[in-house]
Amino acid sequence: MGNYVLRRLMIAIPSLLGISLVLFCVLALAPGDPFEELATNPNVPPEVRAALRAKFGIDDPVFVRYFRWLAAMAQGDWGFSFVSRMDVDQLILQRLPATLFVVGLSQLLAIAIAIPVGVFAATRPYSLFDQIASTLAFVGFSLPTFFTGLLLILLFSITLDWLPFVYRSDIAATGWRWWWEQFRQSIMPISVLGFFQAASMTRYVRSAVLDVIRLDYVTTARAKGLGEKVVITKHVVRNALIPVVTLVALQMPAIFGGAIVTEQIFRIPGIGALLISSILANDTPVIMAVTFVFACLVVFFNLVADVLYGWLDPRITYR
Amino acid sequence: MAGSTPASLTADAGVAKTRAYSPGREAWRRFRRHRLATISAGILLVMITAILLGPFIWRVPINEIDFTARLSTPSMKHPFGTDDLGQDLLSRMLYGGRISLAVGFAAMFVALTIGTIIGAIAGMSRGWLGTALMWVTDLFLSLPQLPLLLLVIYLFRDALKATFGPEGGVFVLIVVVIGGLRWMPVARLVRAQFLSLREKEFVEAARALGASRLRMVVRHILPNALGPVIIAATIDVAAAILAESTLSFLGLGFPPDIPTWGRILYDSKDYLDIAPHWALFPGAAIFIAVVTINFIGDGLRDALDARRVI
Repeated sequence: MGNYVLRRLMIAIPSLLGISLVLFCVLALAPGDPFEELATNPNVPPEVRAALRAKFGIDDPVFVRYFRWLAAMAQGDWGFSFVSRMDVDQLILQRLPATLFVVGLSQLLAIAIAIPVGVFAATRPYSLFDQIASTLAFVGFSLPTFFTGLLLILLFSITLDWLPFVYRSDIAATGWRWWWEQFRQSIMPISVLGFFQAASMTRYVRSAVLDVIRLDYVTTARAKGLGEKVVITKHVVRNALIPVVTLVALQMPAIFGGAIVTEQIFRIPGIGALLISSILANDTPVIMAVTFVFACLVVFFNLVADVLYGWLDPRITYR
Repeated sequence: MAGSTPASLTADAGVAKTRAYSPGREAWRRFRRHRLATISAGILLVMITAILLGPFIWRVPINEIDFTARLSTPSMKHPFGTDDLGQDLLSRMLYGGRISLAVGFAAMFVALTIGTIIGAIAGMSRGWLGTALMWVTDLFLSLPQLPLLLLVIYLFRDALKATFGPEGGVFVLIVVVIGGLRWMPVARLVRAQFLSLREKEFVEAARALGASRLRMVVRHILPNALGPVIIAATIDVAAAILAESTLSFLGLGFPPDIPTWGRILYDSKDYLDIAPHWALFPGAAIFIAVVTINFIGDGLRDALDARRVI
C-alpha cells in the first residue's frame, strides 16, 4: 500500500511541474513590465534602472527565470503581499482552513445525498422516484451557484431572518454558543455548494449502479439467497463506486471554482475571496500563489482519489 | 425498457417493418420522444427570438437614467422593473442576453475546433505524438479553471482593450479563454471515436482506393464521429454561458456599461433586500438558458446515439 501511494506521488510531481509551467508561461507572456513605472520616472537615472533589472534578473532568458521562480516556490519564498503587508505564505495559511472547511463539509453533504438517492433511483429504473430524482438532478446542476446563493439569502436571511448572510471568522462567543453560531453561518454556503455537487454526483451514481446491477455476479448473489439489502450494499454499491470516484476526482477543479463563488457571496474569508480581492487590488504575488495553491489542491485530491480507487478495487496491484 | 435491446438494428427493422426514414428524420423522431428536450427546444427558441427581435419592439434605451423610477417593481411601464439608476431592466436584459448567448456559442466553437483538431491528431497518430497530446489534455483537465480564468483575464485585459476596444477586447478574451479551457472533453471524445473508427472496414476501403490521410479523416472518419461531438458541443454552450455569468458576477467580466445577465446580477446583489426583482429576472434567465440547453443535449444523446434503440 505504501509503495502504491509513493508511486502515485511520483506521478503527481510531473503534473505539478506541468501546471507550474503553464502558470509561469501565462505570467511571462502577459504584457506589462513591473519596471514600467521606473522607466517613465525621470528622477531614476538609467544606470540605477539597469542595475535593478540585473539584480532581479528581468532580462534573463525565460527558462532561467522559470527555474529561479520554481526554486523560490519550492523553498516557501512566495513573495510579499503589498496590500496586506505580510508574506504571501503566511496570508494563505491564514485563509486556507476556512476554504477547506466549507469545501470538505459540502463534499460530505453531496456524498450523503448522492449515494442513497442514486442507488435508490437505479434499483427502480424509470419509476416515479427515478424520474423525479433525475429531473431534480438536471435542474440542480443547471442552477448556477451564485444564483442559488442569492436565492437562499433572499429566503432565509432577508424574508425569514433565520440565518446570518455574512460569514464571520471572529465569533465573540465560547463553548456551545460558538458551535451554534458557527453552524448557523455555515448552513447556507455548505448547502449551496453541496447540493450543486450532489446533483451531478447523483447522475454518476445512478448510471454506475445501473451498469453493475445487470451483471451476472449480482444474479448469482441473489440466487445464493442473499437479501436484497446485502446484495445492493455489499455487492453492487462497492463496485459501482469505482467509476464514481474517478468522475468525482475529475470534478475537483469545478468544486474549487464553486468555492470561489460561494466565498464571494457569503464573504467567507477563504483563499477564493482572497483571490478576488487581490485581483481587484492588483496584488500579483498573491494572485499567482493562490492560483498555484488551487492547482496543488486539485492534484492532491486527485491523489486521494487514486488511493481510494486502490482501496475500492483490489484488482489494482499495489506493487 | 432497459435490457430489451435487440441484438442488432437489422433484427429490429425486420420486426417493425413500417417506413424507412432518412437519418435526419430518424434523429428528429427520436429527439421528439424526449418530451422535456422538445419543450426545452421550444422555450430556448422563444428566448432567442425575443433576444434577437426584442430590441426592435421594446425601444427603451438601455442607459436611459430616470431617477423618479428608481428601483421600481415590475409595472406596465417597466415590465421587469428598474435598477438603482432607474434604467429599464427588460431592455437591459434583452441586450445582455445577446452578449451572454453570443459568448456561449462562440466559446463552444473555439472549444470544438481545438478539441476536434487535437483529438483527431491524437486519434490518428500511432506514435509518441498521440501520447504527448493526451498527456497535455490530462494536464489541462487538472488545471483549476476558474482561478486560471481570473488570472488570465487579470493579466491580459488591459492589453486587449487597447487593441480591440473595451467591448471587443473583453469579448475576444473571454471567448478565447473559456473555449481554451474547455476543449479537453471534446478532444478525448474525438480521440476515442477515431481509435475505433480508423480500424473499420470502410476506412480500410478508402485507404485501398488511395485516399490521402486528410481525405480519410475529413470525408470518412469525422462525419461518423460527429454524434458525440454534437452532444458535447451542446453541453459546452451551457457551460460557457455559466462561465461568462460567473466571471461577470464576480465583477471581472464585461465592464458595467455592458449589461450581461451575470453583470446585472452582480449589480443587484447589494439591493437584494429592497429590490429582489432586480436579481430574480437575470438569475432566472441564466438558469432557463442553461437548463434548456442541458435538456436539449440530453435529447440529442437519445437522438444521435445509434447504438441505443428506443
